[in-house]
Amino acid sequence: MNLNKVLKALLVAVPVMTLAACSSTSSTSADDARTSGTTEQVTDTVQVETAEPVVSPAEQMRQKLEALRQENTIYFDFDRATVRPEFVEVLEAHGTFLRANPSVRVTIEGHSDERGTPEYNIALGERRAQAVVSYLQNLGVSAGQLSTVSYGEEKPVDRSRTETGFAKNRRAVLVY
Amino acid sequence: MMTNLLKKTLILTILLFPALARASLEIVITEGIDSARPVAILPFSFNGTTRPTENLAEIVAADLMRSGKFSPLANIKMPQRPAKVSEINYAAWAREGVEAIVMGQINEIGIDRYTVSFELIDVLKGNSGPSSQMLNAGKLVTSNEHVLDSRETTINGSQFRQYAHRISDIVYEKLTGERGAFLTKIAYVLVRPDHEFPYQLVVADYDGVNEQILLRSKEPLMSPSWSPDGTKLAYVTFERRQAQIFIQDIYSGRRTVVSTFPGINGAPVWSPDGESLALVLSKDGNPEIYTLNIASKALRRITNQRAIDTEPSWSPDGKELVFSSDRGGNPQLYSVNLATGTTRRLTFEGEMNLAGAYSPDGSTIVMVNRTQGQYHIAKMDRQSRFLQVLTKTNLDESPSIAPNGSMIIYSTMHGSSQVLALVSMDGRFKARLPAIDGQVKSPAWSPFL
Repeated sequence: MNLNKVLKALLVAVPVMTLAACSSTSSTSADDARTSGTTEQVTDTVQVETAEPVVSPAEQMRQKLEALRQENTIYFDFDRATVRPEFVEVLEAHGTFLRANPSVRVTIEGHSDERGTPEYNIALGERRAQAVVSYLQNLGVSAGQLSTVSYGEEKPVDRSRTETGFAKNRRAVLVY
Repeated sequence: MMTNLLKKTLILTILLFPALARASLEIVITEGIDSARPVAILPFSFNGTTRPTENLAEIVAADLMRSGKFSPLANIKMPQRPAKVSEINYAAWAREGVEAIVMGQINEIGIDRYTVSFELIDVLKGNSGPSSQMLNAGKLVTSNEHVLDSRETTINGSQFRQYAHRISDIVYEKLTGERGAFLTKIAYVLVRPDHEFPYQLVVADYDGVNEQILLRSKEPLMSPSWSPDGTKLAYVTFERRQAQIFIQDIYSGRRTVVSTFPGINGAPVWSPDGESLALVLSKDGNPEIYTLNIASKALRRITNQRAIDTEPSWSPDGKELVFSSDRGGNPQLYSVNLATGTTRRLTFEGEMNLAGAYSPDGSTIVMVNRTQGQYHIAKMDRQSRFLQVLTKTNLDESPSIAPNGSMIIYSTMHGSSQVLALVSMDGRFKARLPAIDGQVKSPAWSPFL
């Protein structure tokens, strides 16, 4: 009975904590609850030991998300929106995570380099974002978890206007 | 949080609008002054105590030079400083090759009130000797045939710059037969990556002076387009982390959202009658051209292709759109007749042609042409289909044509900065407007104001 209650609470808590972890504005608020316990008075009649904390499912998910955030960018060839073979592994990792956590939503940002016109590049950026969406859907991720936005050439990560810079800017980014 | 940002943006807009920002653009002429016609703009004489802060003659001379069609004589080369028309030594000016003279007076008539008068003199007609004088009722009088124009007006101290552009318009029209576009504005997006609000929507006089920030945003702003009456801008904003099209009244700051569909809401362009926008939406899966009636919100789909269709631009009569499409494999320009739906491919030269726009007389289409990996501004004659590349600058984009069809403003790279540049429609005159701080994008030339 009691155990059941705990499990139920956990089932509710996991998606809530996920949501908190998703929001970029309050990314720290979920972690602070643990530190608010009362401090025990120190006596010499007892000795206090600590146990290794069990990694909660929520914490596991947070760690997984953190890892996925580290590798969240897919690069493209000039004027192309085809996912290159070297990014299959990255997308599979995201796909596995999203399939396992159907309440998690991700926005795929499409970007282009600064060559060509801003309007055409918006269209190209959207094609790239959609290529990632199709790939993830083929991996079994539900459409409802995926949304796209194309920034075209408006948010380059490298403004050098060199070939290397252009290559870094032609990208799709998975933002949780 | 988003509404908060929106509120902040709105407050900033309203607060900042009246403030005249310091001009951050200046014009550097890079090519094409040799073919220009020599004229002289004499310093205006002044009667009064409080001199106006703006130098009328300098502004007029700069306007005429920037048109690419005139070469104003430097002050030190002027053979004389006549105080009135009757004192002009035409032979001396003709020897300098000068074909026209602008001379004028400023009289202070009250507190912050001035009358400004000027005359535009044809040196050749004035120099043709006795014919400029004739006998009238037995008296020798001077014919006014050599005075091409002469005006007088009363202004206050803050209106000198504007009136100088007005003088330039009159001089330009008298000497070329074409309406001047010096009393116009440009809208553009300024990007300052290190600022709290890196994306700014700005309007300025066509020469970059009187910069006014209309909107500051943390997220990208794109594609400003002027309403035909010059009072509003339509543009794309990502302030809600999705593309939306807004219309903003440039004088009241009032903003209205007009398009907020899922996916792309892009490339808004006002129809010549001011009633509709052509725009790009990808709500049905891929980018398609639509028209949107602003009052009724009625949406009409114009293209239907499994390809990128974007960058619509209206023909001057409003009956046709030119747009870019990669339906043929790589992006080229097409036109569509709005009544019949008949679509034609317009461009065949070069690896890509993008961002097509009609000249005001409809005879020419200006575009971005990619040849051997280089992006340049080009124009194509609508009848002969002859394509001419106009620029030699790097990564050119976003061409916008002056309302008199004389010049094109566009965005290009200079060193590591994105700047605005001008090229005359014949490609002979080129100038650059360097930004002191920031990247300048998406210029849009206003209609006649």
